[in-house]
Amino acid sequence: MNAIARVLSKPVHRAAVAIAIPLLAVAASAAPASATTIERVVSASGIEAWLVREPAVPLIAIDFAFTGGAAQDPAGKAGTAYLAASTLNDGVGEFDSKTFHERLEHKAIELNFSADRDALRGSLRTLSENRDEAFADLRLSLTAARFDSGDVELNRAQILSALRRATTSPTDIANQRWWDIAFAGHPYSRPANGTLESVPNITIADLKTYAHRALARDNLKIAVVGDIDAETVKTMLDNVFGALPARAELTPVANAGPQGVGRRAVVNLDVPQAVIEFGGAGIGRKDPDFMAAYIVNHILGGGSFSSRLYQEVREKRGLAYGVSDSLVWYDHTALFLGSTATRADRSAETLDLIQKEIRRLADDGPTAEELAKAKAYLNSSFALNLDTSSKIASLLVQLQRDDLGIDYIARRPAMIESVTLDDARRVAKRLLNGGLLVTVVGKPEGVASTAPTAN
Amino acid sequence: MLLAKLPMLIVALAGALACCGRAQAAPTVTDFKLGNGLEVVVIPDHRAPVVTHMIWYKVGAADETPGKSGLAHFLEHLMFKGTEKNPGDAFSQDVAEIGGQENAFTTSDYTGFFQRVPREHLKEMMALEADRITGLVLTDDVVRPELNVVLEEENMRVANNPVGRLGEQMDAALYLNHPYGRPAIGWRHEIEKLNRDDALAFYRRFYTPNNAVVIVAGDVTAEEVRADAEATYGKVAPRAENNPRQHPMEPVQEAPRTVTLADSRVEQPSVTRNYLVPSETTAKPGESETLDVLANILGSGANSRLYRTLVVDKGIALNAGADYSSTALDYAKLGVYGVPKPGVTLRQVEDGIDAVLADVVEHGVTADELDSAKNRLIAQAVYAQDNQATLARWYGAAIACGETVDMVQAWPDHIRAVTADAVQAVARQWLDRRRSVTGYLVQSLKPEEKHS
Repeated sequence: MNAIARVLSKPVHRAAVAIAIPLLAVAASAAPASATTIERVVSASGIEAWLVREPAVPLIAIDFAFTGGAAQDPAGKAGTAYLAASTLNDGVGEFDSKTFHERLEHKAIELNFSADRDALRGSLRTLSENRDEAFADLRLSLTAARFDSGDVELNRAQILSALRRATTSPTDIANQRWWDIAFAGHPYSRPANGTLESVPNITIADLKTYAHRALARDNLKIAVVGDIDAETVKTMLDNVFGALPARAELTPVANAGPQGVGRRAVVNLDVPQAVIEFGGAGIGRKDPDFMAAYIVNHILGGGSFSSRLYQEVREKRGLAYGVSDSLVWYDHTALFLGSTATRADRSAETLDLIQKEIRRLADDGPTAEELAKAKAYLNSSFALNLDTSSKIASLLVQLQRDDLGIDYIARRPAMIESVTLDDARRVAKRLLNGGLLVTVVGKPEGVASTAPTAN
Repeated sequence: MLLAKLPMLIVALAGALACCGRAQAAPTVTDFKLGNGLEVVVIPDHRAPVVTHMIWYKVGAADETPGKSGLAHFLEHLMFKGTEKNPGDAFSQDVAEIGGQENAFTTSDYTGFFQRVPREHLKEMMALEADRITGLVLTDDVVRPELNVVLEEENMRVANNPVGRLGEQMDAALYLNHPYGRPAIGWRHEIEKLNRDDALAFYRRFYTPNNAVVIVAGDVTAEEVRADAEATYGKVAPRAENNPRQHPMEPVQEAPRTVTLADSRVEQPSVTRNYLVPSETTAKPGESETLDVLANILGSGANSRLYRTLVVDKGIALNAGADYSSTALDYAKLGVYGVPKPGVTLRQVEDGIDAVLADVVEHGVTADELDSAKNRLIAQAVYAQDNQATLARWYGAAIACGETVDMVQAWPDHIRAVTADAVQAVARQWLDRRRSVTGYLVQSLKPEEKHS
């Protein structure tokens, strides 16, 4: 049937999707030669892309990311990168917004931009037969965006509408409250799409300045997947990205860890179900303990129906529809973050249960059986990340941004296998002993805010 | 321009299995029936060594006995509680150990279960799924906590969410007689009373191989799937008759309906109208594809009639669009919506929508619009080929709603054949206010203001 109200999935793992793009559970195992033969392609002018050639379906997917996202927003102007990204595919060069959208739509070219805390990201999808027009359109967006006042004002109004809606959405409030406390004083505390106060302050000059500073060649990572060969990619790279400035002009962003660990913050809202967000310091993507932490997190609250949190909170007690947590990493912090939603009168029980499970895993570590199962899962599930062009393109950009090497997918199974039970126990302590910052939105019975100093 | 920035109404309107993209004529799709009546569809995709394995039962919320709303969905949850052969969560444990993903879904028309696994585990999944067709064991110990899970799901989707509540009220108003008026998750007061016996009775009546279709998409051949299916599913004896799916149908609808959902938490008002229209299953030949084109021209993308007129030219709306979800057993909905700018009333936006619809009814669509809409709809069929899980869902949903593999494959050709005259004719026939419900989402006074 039709409307989504009719389509009910069993357990939607809400996970940290609202929180992090860099989450892409990077996992890999023996994957098909065809789908994982990654070529490093470098154009005549030195622009690099990773290519997976796949001629079976007549389409091309290009994903790319410029480091320098919302964390670059000037003080008082949070949302600048986001508004700029929203307007990049409106008027460009000689085309006003209407004409440009007609061009794209007539050829079914999908060209989208977004900004998160760390990066401005773009994606292009085209049928191979329309690739030349698609590449030309992408070049115009990156180098000749007009930022016409009508387009900017419409995008601004749409963003403000979304921000107003977020003020009464329990999920949005819980998430934003968490980041407000955890990153007070740091650019990461601000929502990528800005605030009701900041978005009206952003000028067209701000958008142009941002685009000029951030859209450059030295902070750019590109992935190309589909029905295209390396020579064509090289020409495309120079044509599309060659006119960008060589160097980005980015403001340094400080590394930071979450503050407020040990604290609970309750926001009252008149809804029947309390939304809970919890998290603490994580382990960095390039930390030698990352893979052990990734496994430990999988056992605690990762993606399968067998995680400890899922079993205890949902399966045994029926306290929630979903509960999960994820390792999340950004360019300047690493976290573990989880969430759930539960009835008001059992909020305290749910929260205590989650904290008890985290403590138990920190104290005792996983069992040998859990470790073996988690390794098997993380190894063989990786192929599921490689079965569409879009997934592969997204993964290849992430591997480049994380600087993991073009051979990472081949090395990953051994990295997982090498984690011992002792490693897992030690890292469980390191990851889970630091305490939690918890935010709760709703009418949770028996859960109160605690003082910022409590631990 | 990011239409997705205002996802609220798009989500309310756009079905996960909505109209549009379909498989390009793909001659490699194979369709066969086992001796016990189970239909099997194989969609090869050799790009990655994985498979998507789904079983779709031709039973959904519309098949529930009145008073037991939510039962089809509750049973879907309980199907994860184990069988005699594979007790408890053995199935899920197995999926997790092999690095698979699994889930399930329920709509008014069907109930589906799927696993996405490395290809070498397909037969194992088929064996587990075959066992679950008739082998379910339920005890009150597992049924009771799961009922609480479903109630939390209802809280999340509906009670906590004004848009979800409005959607339920609109469906209840649109359908005067047909069970599509009941929410698939159920009315809360009826969910609360569901029990083990209800679930088992429903299970025994509808879960039988002759009432299901299995879809396998991925790195497989039809020959190996056929052999594995015979060895697993083929062993399950049918246990119930396949009765024709007959639901109470709608009378002549004579009066437009309106519903208003007021909640203090609504920060962004909106207006949505759903028209009762034919589904792909019930439409005349070509009619459903013509509705696809109409909805695309009216409201898909920045150059659609609604978006361009209301958002760009008149500047009265922040967003506007249309959607037609064709896959359904009995009826489908064509929806239009608008989100007013601050300072603009819902009435002004609704008048703007009506003017756009009236223009299409009176003057039809241009050759350029027709061409562009067809290009995009047909391209979606190619984009869909990139995702085996998407293809599996489209075939599964279509067949579960009474279509055939041939109908799915002919879809792009039928889109190509749509004429401007036909678009105007379906607009004239089906954009009839008497067969519609209009829903308003508005902000109520804050509780403290009510008493001032």
